Amino acid sequence: MSTFYTDDHEWVRVTGDHAVVGITRHAADQLGDVVFVELRAAGERFAKSDEIGVIESVKAASPIYAPVAGEVIQTNQAVVDVTSILNDDPEATGWLYKIKLADVAELDGLMDADAYAALIA
Amino acid sequence: MTGQPKRTPLHDLHVELGGKIVDFAGWAMPVQYPAGIIAEHNACRTKAALFDVSHMGQVELHGELAAAELERLVPSAMVGLAPGKARYTMFTNQNGSILDDLIVSNAGDHLFVVVNAAMRDQDIAHMRDNLAGIRVVERSDLALVAVQGPKAEAVVASLAPAAAHLRFMETAKADLAGIPCRISRLGYTGEDGYEISMPASEAEKVARALLAHEDCEPAGLGARDSLRLEAGLCLYGNDIDTRTSPIEAQLNWAIQKRRREEGGFPGEERILRELASGPARKLVGLLPEGRAPARQSTQIVDAVGAVIGEVTSGGFGPTVGGPVSLGYVLASHAAPDTPVSLVIRGNPVPARVVSLPFVPHNYKR
Repeated sequence: MSTFYTDDHEWVRVTGDHAVVGITRHAADQLGDVVFVELRAAGERFAKSDEIGVIESVKAASPIYAPVAGEVIQTNQAVVDVTSILNDDPEATGWLYKIKLADVAELDGLMDADAYAALIA
Repeated sequence: MTGQPKRTPLHDLHVELGGKIVDFAGWAMPVQYPAGIIAEHNACRTKAALFDVSHMGQVELHGELAAAELERLVPSAMVGLAPGKARYTMFTNQNGSILDDLIVSNAGDHLFVVVNAAMRDQDIAHMRDNLAGIRVVERSDLALVAVQGPKAEAVVASLAPAAAHLRFMETAKADLAGIPCRISRLGYTGEDGYEISMPASEAEKVARALLAHEDCEPAGLGARDSLRLEAGLCLYGNDIDTRTSPIEAQLNWAIQKRRREEGGFPGEERILRELASGPARKLVGLLPEGRAPARQSTQIVDAVGAVIGEVTSGGFGPTVGGPVSLGYVLASHAAPDTPVSLVIRGNPVPARVVSLPFVPHNYKR
């Protein structure tokens, strides 16, 4: 299992050709109180950089972009029902999607933890 | 805006308190503190919150005929506003739409005017150009804070006992923690509370004294916006501007009987006509079903999908516990409980028209 990061402040935790996707602590802190989350349903396919949902804070709506191409295996209904989970625990219980990767090689274009830490420093 | 955003006298305090600083109308202002917008909003609804509003323009109008002169620029009664009283009004233009909204207080020997930050230069020029024989003095040497919430009286009166004797829309000079201030019982949250004007050099001392009270928490522009939205109070630049008239904005209450009878203000033809026969569209409250906020510029459509208006302010209302919006709809669709739809990211979301405010006002009248 390894974790990758995007410059849209998402994390992608990969096991084989499956991954869990969420937003980073930095992203959650920048958003502030999350009040609404809209996610795609299981079975939907998407290309890299597609909008695959929206997170709204009190102040603004922010799109969620697909970090890689793939298919939604599972949506985290808990963050839709209790949006504060995204503020409290964005990198664990606040995950957004479990996905199946279309092309594992796309991960090469993402950042590792050190590169992401440097980005937000 | 060009150049560095201006700083209020409380800037260092905002930074010390962990405020997240953003550029608002050319001013570096805290949008929130570490507690977050919802916690700050709730502090204001349940205890008291302190807001820095020093970015707003504070202006004095000197001259015996200041009230009569000002009436040539606004549709509200200014002559007859008793000393110690404050009144909400708006500058209108020849088309009968709104140049800015403002609060005017009778300070005894002058009128004390507070205007929006984004409009202060334009408003001051407008007054200097049009108020004959009146001295227009911008008080950039003053700071302004708002203390709002059910505990605002307890907080402010603990340092300035005279504040307890004011009622809604009354103003007085009083010492607060030994600093000479102007204390006015009004605000922009729907709650009881005060705006306190003081020398900029003493602002930090006053703010720290107020925040030392156990029931007073700092709050930023984010909470100020969600609070005023739930209170159904217009934001200039969103809900009112040079495309809207005071009657469309449902501000009829700000135009007193004598002014309706006598006229004599910019745009009186349209404003008096709309008062008599109703405006074509009206500002209403909108409650969307579900949890998706319908924000500014969201289209409002009727049952068959025809566009009947647009959201001018919208977001999440922490006290309501869901999304709330303000918007203009055709007068035919403005009655409470009218079903409409709000087009959010391409999808029509059912909503209904409701009377304002979303959260009842809690003023001490």
